[in-house]
Amino acid sequence: MHSTFLFLIAALPFLGALIPGVTIRAGRTVCAAFALAPTLLALVLLGLLAPSVLAGEVITARIEWLPALGLDASLMLDGLGLLFAGMILGVGALIIIYARFYLSGDDPVGRFYTYLLLFQGAMLGIVLSDNILLMLIFWELTSLSSFLLIGYWTHLPEGRQGARMALTVTGLGGLALLAGGLLLGDIAGSYELSVILTRGEEIRSSALYLPALLLILLGAFTKSAQFPFHFWLPHAMAAPTPVSAYLHSATMVKAGVFLLARLWPVLSGTPEWFYIVATTGLVTMVVGAVIALFKNDLKALLAYSTVSHLGLLTFLLGLGTPFAAVVAVFHIINHLTFKAALFMVAGIVDHETGTRDISRLGGLARLMPVTALIALVAALSMAGLPPFNGFISKEMTLDAAAHAAWQGNGWIIPALTTVAAVFSVAYSLRLFVHVFLGPVREDYPRRPHDPVPGMWAGPALLALLVVLIGLMPSALVGDLVAIAGGAVVKGALPYYSLKLWHGVNPALVLSVIAVIGGVILLWQHGPLLRAWAAARRPEAKAIFDATVAACVAGADRVTRALHGGAISTYLAWFAAFALVLGVLAWAGGAHVPGSRPPLPIPPTVAAGFVLLIVATLGVISVHRTRFLALIMIGVIGLTVSAGFVYLSAPDLALTQISVETVTTLLLLLALNFLPRHTPAESSPAQRLRDAGIAVCAGIGVAALAYAFLTRDFSSISEYHLANSKTGGGGTNVVNVILVDFRGYDTYGEIIVLGIAGLTIYALLMSLLSGAAGRRLRNWRDTTPRSRDRHPMMMVVATRVMMPIAIMVGVYLFLRGHNQPGGGFVAGLVVAIAFLMQYMASGFLWAQERQRIEYHALIGTGVVIAGAAGVGSWLAGRPFLTSSYGYFTIPPIEEFELATAMIFDLGVFLTVLGAVMLMLYSLSRMARVAGETINIEPMDVDPSRRAADGEKEES
Amino acid sequence: MELIVASSIGVLTAGGVYLLLRLRSFPVILGLALLSYAVNIFVFSSGRLATGLPPILAKSAPGYTDPLPQALVLTAIVISFGMTAVLVMLSLGAYLEADDDRVNMPSDEGANPEPAGSPAPGPEGRAEAGPDRAPGRVEERQ
Repeated sequence: MHSTFLFLIAALPFLGALIPGVTIRAGRTVCAAFALAPTLLALVLLGLLAPSVLAGEVITARIEWLPALGLDASLMLDGLGLLFAGMILGVGALIIIYARFYLSGDDPVGRFYTYLLLFQGAMLGIVLSDNILLMLIFWELTSLSSFLLIGYWTHLPEGRQGARMALTVTGLGGLALLAGGLLLGDIAGSYELSVILTRGEEIRSSALYLPALLLILLGAFTKSAQFPFHFWLPHAMAAPTPVSAYLHSATMVKAGVFLLARLWPVLSGTPEWFYIVATTGLVTMVVGAVIALFKNDLKALLAYSTVSHLGLLTFLLGLGTPFAAVVAVFHIINHLTFKAALFMVAGIVDHETGTRDISRLGGLARLMPVTALIALVAALSMAGLPPFNGFISKEMTLDAAAHAAWQGNGWIIPALTTVAAVFSVAYSLRLFVHVFLGPVREDYPRRPHDPVPGMWAGPALLALLVVLIGLMPSALVGDLVAIAGGAVVKGALPYYSLKLWHGVNPALVLSVIAVIGGVILLWQHGPLLRAWAAARRPEAKAIFDATVAACVAGADRVTRALHGGAISTYLAWFAAFALVLGVLAWAGGAHVPGSRPPLPIPPTVAAGFVLLIVATLGVISVHRTRFLALIMIGVIGLTVSAGFVYLSAPDLALTQISVETVTTLLLLLALNFLPRHTPAESSPAQRLRDAGIAVCAGIGVAALAYAFLTRDFSSISEYHLANSKTGGGGTNVVNVILVDFRGYDTYGEIIVLGIAGLTIYALLMSLLSGAAGRRLRNWRDTTPRSRDRHPMMMVVATRVMMPIAIMVGVYLFLRGHNQPGGGFVAGLVVAIAFLMQYMASGFLWAQERQRIEYHALIGTGVVIAGAAGVGSWLAGRPFLTSSYGYFTIPPIEEFELATAMIFDLGVFLTVLGAVMLMLYSLSRMARVAGETINIEPMDVDPSRRAADGEKEES
Repeated sequence: MELIVASSIGVLTAGGVYLLLRLRSFPVILGLALLSYAVNIFVFSSGRLATGLPPILAKSAPGYTDPLPQALVLTAIVISFGMTAVLVMLSLGAYLEADDDRVNMPSDEGANPEPAGSPAPGPEGRAEAGPDRAPGRVEERQ
């Protein structure tokens, strides 16, 4: 029951996200209601689980997904998770209501709520995941959804730039975190957080601790905007204010802090942890507070103050003491209440006055008293004044700081903490004083007044919490802090007491100093601001932009150097690199000569070998004369076919010979339009280099082949040989493998072949309609040609041959299952039979006499092959299971029929269609180029020839 | 025999690689054809060599050679034909479109100071190049 609830809580926002995006036409209220419903439902479910968690139970839920990889969808709800999940859903609900009134009717509100719920789900996923890899996925999802939310107002350039910057910084951090998480899981031997958290000793003593720590911290620091990665947060303020309040104060930026708290039991307690985390936190706290004081933009002020407070939380967790960790948990709650309230107030001010520039505001207290009251409470809490909740956590922070030493130095941490506190008091008071006090001005862009209650209800509720937690901390949040703090420290809770008055102690003294200092700073704010404005500071955005530009330029240079458009260079690198890898692999092991006895070399084979070598060398030496090279290639192909015959591969020999024929035809047709000669372009040095690579590659491959040829091996083919007849019903094992054992492969292959045919046809069509088509239509062929285009002997011979050739094809097809042959060879042979007609009698002459659409042939073939496979489903067998039987029709002797034959028929048709379509496409170019059609079947009439000659002369 | 087959594979590979590194499309296609032979024989011979033992089941057969590499190579031969055909068509198209059968892009285009990385000058540059190119096309049509 509990685990079902937990899954529901995690799933609800994602399910809910589907709805607002499609209800956009129904208006803002409906969208908001549909966004609110899943949030509240999840909140209720969480409330149902809360008592068990507060009683100390850890609720888990798990679905095994890829257990071998350690990837399970496992969720866990403990105290810390409860605290964060409550914050995410609670503030989420307030923000959804607030945004309903904040966004205007012109904004695409549905999209906003979809993004918001997406983010909410991702954030919930982070805090509820038990599997660290799952958590990392949700972590990235928050980066992505926050990118969408920051850039929500797509028309604002700042929004787009801020969104990109946030995505870059947090995305890079996320990648580092991914690496760190993998390292951590590797050390701990499990990716389940519940397991990792019990392996603290092993992790801290591991040699990989420091790398893992640094990577994880990089992820946490970028997400939580710690110095020096803090700069993205102020730029993310271009987002609509509800987004800022939700993501950039309450939830997402706390994900980093959450991670630090989550892993606190295993990672903290080492000097590395203390010096990196506490120092970063301390610096961020001071830097953020100082900058915040000098920002005139209300949201920028709040952004930097958030940076400062996140630094404070990081600092507390970095101290590594259980007391500080509990204080951090408590301050997370307090910061949430006052900061979210202040952001919403800033949004109200912006919404009502039309500006959020502090220098243009002032005197709003009289015009919008409710807002002013909320702002006052929240600001005083942020300043750390009693009796508000911020005071208590600040006192406890100062207490923790007062007892911390940095490199044995006892005063530096308290001093810096106090400096941050001074500035914190100053900017908090400034926020209220400069905006709400002072005289009412006449020049607000809009006449301000308090907004509708729906807009101030959220911040008011939070302000109420600020007061109540301040007055009754133990009663309200004591249990939650205890259980969440306990989840962080994973052990006995330290002594602490949540109350306003701790008596006069060092922390109180520091606090008093901070308040006095803050008031003085605010009093002197004018001169200080001028001094600040005059000072030279590094501008983070400029540095970021310059870095990005440098990366882009660098990538561009690298790309252009590596990818200069010279494919021969790529191929040279590729060949050389493959060679180097091979040599390295060879050098890596010991080698003994193989022991397989060699076969003898009969003289005919030796002659064939010499022929092959000579032909290959011939291709190289005459390759500039293209026709000659093509003939040489034909010689090689025939020699290879003969080799297949000799080496017990009759099927291969048949296929090779027929493919050889069609390839040569294809290249001849292509050469019709290509230059007949290749010019000598490459320099001798280049040729030498290429020859070097080629010879080395040849030697390497030959050595490799020789190495395995002289060794025995074991093969899975025994199975095929044993089952070919009994299982597949055929004695030609190669064919049975093709149509039965590995029929699925063959099915894929004929589809590829069909696609290749269609590709060629499509290429031809697009070529003919473009510049190439125009060129072809203006083609002037200057090559001298025979007038005897269709020699009578050839025409007669091919026509006589036609039925015989087709008969051979059919014969090869029918016997293929038992003897060399089959669909592939038969398809090629029949294609050649047709092609002979094309060659002998002319393309159009032949084309007019046959009515087969080659496209349809391809399609039919694939469908028949597929149907043969599907047919076995009807018999309740898996795809492409074949069956066979023996039949007797009296005059013929007993023969066999197998379903594999149907499949082979599909292969046959596809091969025939594809080959014909390819050559048809090429020969069509000839027609476009103006090749005439013979009208007579054999235009070899000598008298006609003479008459033509006379005509041309006249 | 093993030596003959291995060295044939080597010679075909060497020839194929050399032609593959040439600068015009036709030799590259021929190189691919040579490489296809080499690869097919290589894969075929991974079943080891045997004479007189075709994988056709018969009662009197003394034994059989390995049929599996043969099945693999059989489809490879047909597919490599298909791929060669596509390649031929592509190079033919490229030649007819550009009146040039070089496989490499012109080196001045490779070192173009206006890369795709800087989008701003791109469209303008193209717009400027447009009218320059147009008369050439018209001439071609005449």
